[in-house]
Amino acid sequence: MRCIPVGEDAVLVEVDDTAQASALYAEARRRGTEAVDIVPAARTVLFRGVPDVAALTGELLGWSLPEGDVASGPLVEVPTRYDGPDLAAVARLWDMTEREAIGTHTATDMLVAFCGFAPGFAYCTGLPAERAVPRLDTPRTRVPAGSVGLAGAFTGVYPTASPGGWQLLGRTGLTLWDASRDQPATLAPGTRVRFVEVHG
Amino acid sequence: MTRLLTVLDPGPLTTVQDRGRPGWAHLGVPRSGALDLPAASLANRLVGNPDDAAVLETTLGGVSLHASTAMTVAVTGADAPVTVDGRSRALAEPVALHAGQALTVGRTRSGLRSYVAVAGGIAVPTELGSRSTDVLSGIGPAALSVGQELPVGEPVGRPHGVDVSVVPRPRPSVTLRFRPGPRADWFTAPALETLTRSAYATSPDSNRVGLRLTGPELERSRPEELPSEGLVLGAIQVPASGQPLVFLNDHPTTGGYPVLGVVVAHDLPVCAQLRPGDQVRFRRVDPD
Repeated sequence: MRCIPVGEDAVLVEVDDTAQASALYAEARRRGTEAVDIVPAARTVLFRGVPDVAALTGELLGWSLPEGDVASGPLVEVPTRYDGPDLAAVARLWDMTEREAIGTHTATDMLVAFCGFAPGFAYCTGLPAERAVPRLDTPRTRVPAGSVGLAGAFTGVYPTASPGGWQLLGRTGLTLWDASRDQPATLAPGTRVRFVEVHG
Repeated sequence: MTRLLTVLDPGPLTTVQDRGRPGWAHLGVPRSGALDLPAASLANRLVGNPDDAAVLETTLGGVSLHASTAMTVAVTGADAPVTVDGRSRALAEPVALHAGQALTVGRTRSGLRSYVAVAGGIAVPTELGSRSTDVLSGIGPAALSVGQELPVGEPVGRPHGVDVSVVPRPRPSVTLRFRPGPRADWFTAPALETLTRSAYATSPDSNRVGLRLTGPELERSRPEELPSEGLVLGAIQVPASGQPLVFLNDHPTTGGYPVLGVVVAHDLPVCAQLRPGDQVRFRRVDPD
């Protein structure tokens, strides 16, 4: 774990991988660490709006993070129609049939590691590294809301329509973002996720 | 009687702003809020509002508004002409509007953004605890449009007399202090020197997301992709072009280009007032 000061009131904590970043974020929330924003990402957690950066840094270095599976958040099932325009391409990359690709995706226990790109856009981990797929060479100008896609080994769900370069497996009708709720994001960091195939 | 300000002319871009919505960055929500916060706070003080009341933030070309009832307003920020039904009024002073009068903030003479506060505050609905328009994510009210009726709240305080605070005049050349890091080690040794010894020009592409600059390129020593990481207000990010940008209030919550340094909070409001072509220099400061 490496703590890098950022500006006057923030510290960026660098760890080895996304699982550790998720574990660090979960531990910070469990402890109620004082910061205006705690932002997990692929290999870091940013603590911003920290009253005493030096004190937090000292404290962080004393934390021991749980090894392995840290998923303890709520479980959300994402009903997904697997009829996306890139399903065939992903199945080819994985050297399987489309049915097998769908089976692989729905059989994977996932965890929201972080949000980014757009409010409520969740980066879900769980697929092994060998299932990583490249982004599209030319991003689509419009990806419909609810689209379920892959980039690298991450699975993401577009909360609203936007441009995007993820390879699209299908679509869900689940509401992913509602600013009028106490918890506006359905897939907030720390949420466990299962994609469930639905038809029609 | 309903208190309304009707938009006669929104100018190039006028948005509702308050102190923003920090605390949601983990969900990908930008903090947003008034870019020149001292100017917005002064405008609120002048009309007797609490500091968190929503004001209007204009961009270069001003705004024109019609008052449905008598109300007190104040205009701060950029140096711009203020008129009521065509008659000149002072900047940074409470201005009493009668029912039916029109307030016009003209094109700025120096600086970029004017702030218009009205006693009672702009009372559009909140979203995630704030009335701010976030131009990046689209959260908050849309930018002002012709004919739009803006609800105005009930005044809670009394308008002040002329405020004692001196209104800083926006300058066409500024020096921004910054602290190096978190990714200064992703750049060649001369990059920091280039940043601190060069003059950069404010690009016309600048907006509420970031102050985009053009000038000598900042060269990276590590060409590989940086996994996306959390960003802070004031971060000096260097994208593939090598041209730095300073992230302002509507910045994305994460980014995949290395951040060379972070502008100190005190120097951010001046970034809000830089016009295309205005000169920016950087001065390194280190923690005590």
